[in-house]
Amino acid sequence: MVTQVTSFGRSGLSDWLLQRFTAVILLAYFVFIVGFMICNPAMSFDTWKGLFDTTWMAAFTSLTLFAVVAHAWIGLWSVSTDYMTTRTMGDKATVIRMTFQATYSLILFYYLVWGFKILWS
Amino acid sequence: MLKVSVYRYNPETDKEPYMKDYQVDTQGKDLMVLDVLELLKETDPSLAIRRSCREGVCGSDGMNINGKNGLACVTPLSEAAPNGAPLVIRPLPGLPVVRDLVIDMTLFYKQYEKIKPYLINDTPAPAIERLQSPEERAHLDGLYECILCACCSTACPSFWWNPDRFIGPSGLLQAYRFLIDSRDTATEERLADLDDPFSVFRCHGIQACVAVCPKGLNPTKAIGHIRNMLLSRAA
Ligand code: SF4
Ligand code: SF4
Ligand code: FES
Repeated sequence: MVTQVTSFGRSGLSDWLLQRFTAVILLAYFVFIVGFMICNPAMSFDTWKGLFDTTWMAAFTSLTLFAVVAHAWIGLWSVSTDYMTTRTMGDKATVIRMTFQATYSLILFYYLVWGFKILWS
Repeated sequence: MLKVSVYRYNPETDKEPYMKDYQVDTQGKDLMVLDVLELLKETDPSLAIRRSCREGVCGSDGMNINGKNGLACVTPLSEAAPNGAPLVIRPLPGLPVVRDLVIDMTLFYKQYEKIKPYLINDTPAPAIERLQSPEERAHLDGLYECILCACCSTACPSFWWNPDRFIGPSGLLQAYRFLIDSRDTATEERLADLDDPFSVFRCHGIQACVAVCPKGLNPTKAIGHIRNMLLSRAA
C-alpha cells in the first residue's frame, strides 16, 4: 500500500500549489531565455557570460533550479505512486518504488549542487 | 443479424477471461444495448449481467460498450455501434470481475462511504424541518442526480491506479454535494478529510469522467470547486 510519507509537502493542497507555482517560474525562465536569444541574434560568449554574471540573473536561475527540483519531485512522486504499486507490480513494488525515489532524489540533488557550482563560482 | 462480442469469465470454470461471439436478431430495430443482451440471454442463459430498472435510474447495468462506459439500458445501438457495426461488451474496467459483466464494486462503495454521504448538523433540530431557500437548493442541481453507476470512476485512470486512496469522480461529486448543502455544518471536517495528496489531488482534470456520465453530470467541475474550497480554507 502506498503511503504519503514521501510526498513533498505532506498535504495535497501544498503539493498542488507548489506544482503550479514552480510551473509558472519554469515557464517565465524559458520565455526569458528564448526572448534573450531572439533579441541577441549574434550572441557571443561574452554577452552570455555577462548575462549570467549579473546578480539578478544568478538569483533567477537559482530560483529556477529550485523550481525544477520541486516540480520534478512532485511529478515523479505522482508517477511512481501511480504505477509502482502493489496493485500493478505485486509485493516487490514498495522496494522498487523506494529505490526509484531514492535514485532520482539523489540525481535531483546532484543537479542542484552542480547548477549552483556553475552559477556562483 | 447483429454480431455481438461479449467478455466472458466464470472464475469457477475458466482459467482466464475470453471474448465470446454471438449473432443476435434485432429485426433491424434500434434497440437499447440492454435489450440486445436480454435477447442474447434467451439463447445463452449462462451470461451474468446486473440490471433492474431498464430506464437509467438504478445504475446497475454500467458496462463498457464498444470502448465507452455507459448504462446498457439507455444506450441505443445507433449510438454505440452505428450502421450495424459489431457490438463489443466488456465489464467496467479497473475493478475485479465477479463473473462475466458483473464487477466487484466494494472499493467504489468504500470511497463513497469515506465522504460521509449524509447530512451532518449539530445544531438543535427544528420542530418540523430544516428549511432551504430555492437558491440554496439550486446548488445541489447537477450533483444530487448521481445514481452511483460507477461509469465515471471506472473510466478514470487515477482511480484505476489508486482505487483505495483516490476518492474518484463519483465520490468527489457526492463530497461536493454535501459540502455545498446549506443544511450541513461539517464543512471543516469534510475538507480536513480531503486534504491529503490522494483523495482529491489525484485528479488530473482529463475529464474522462465527464465524457461518460449517463446523467450528464460534471465531476471535474465539482472537484474544481472542492479544490477552491480547500484553497480558501488554507489561505
Ligand atoms: S477529471 Fe479527474 S476524476 Fe475525472 S476522469 Fe479525469 S482524473 Fe478522473
Ligand atoms: S457521476 Fe454520473 S457516471 Fe458517475 S456514478 Fe454518478 S451518475 Fe454514474
Ligand atoms: S437497468 Fe437501471 S440503470 Fe440500467
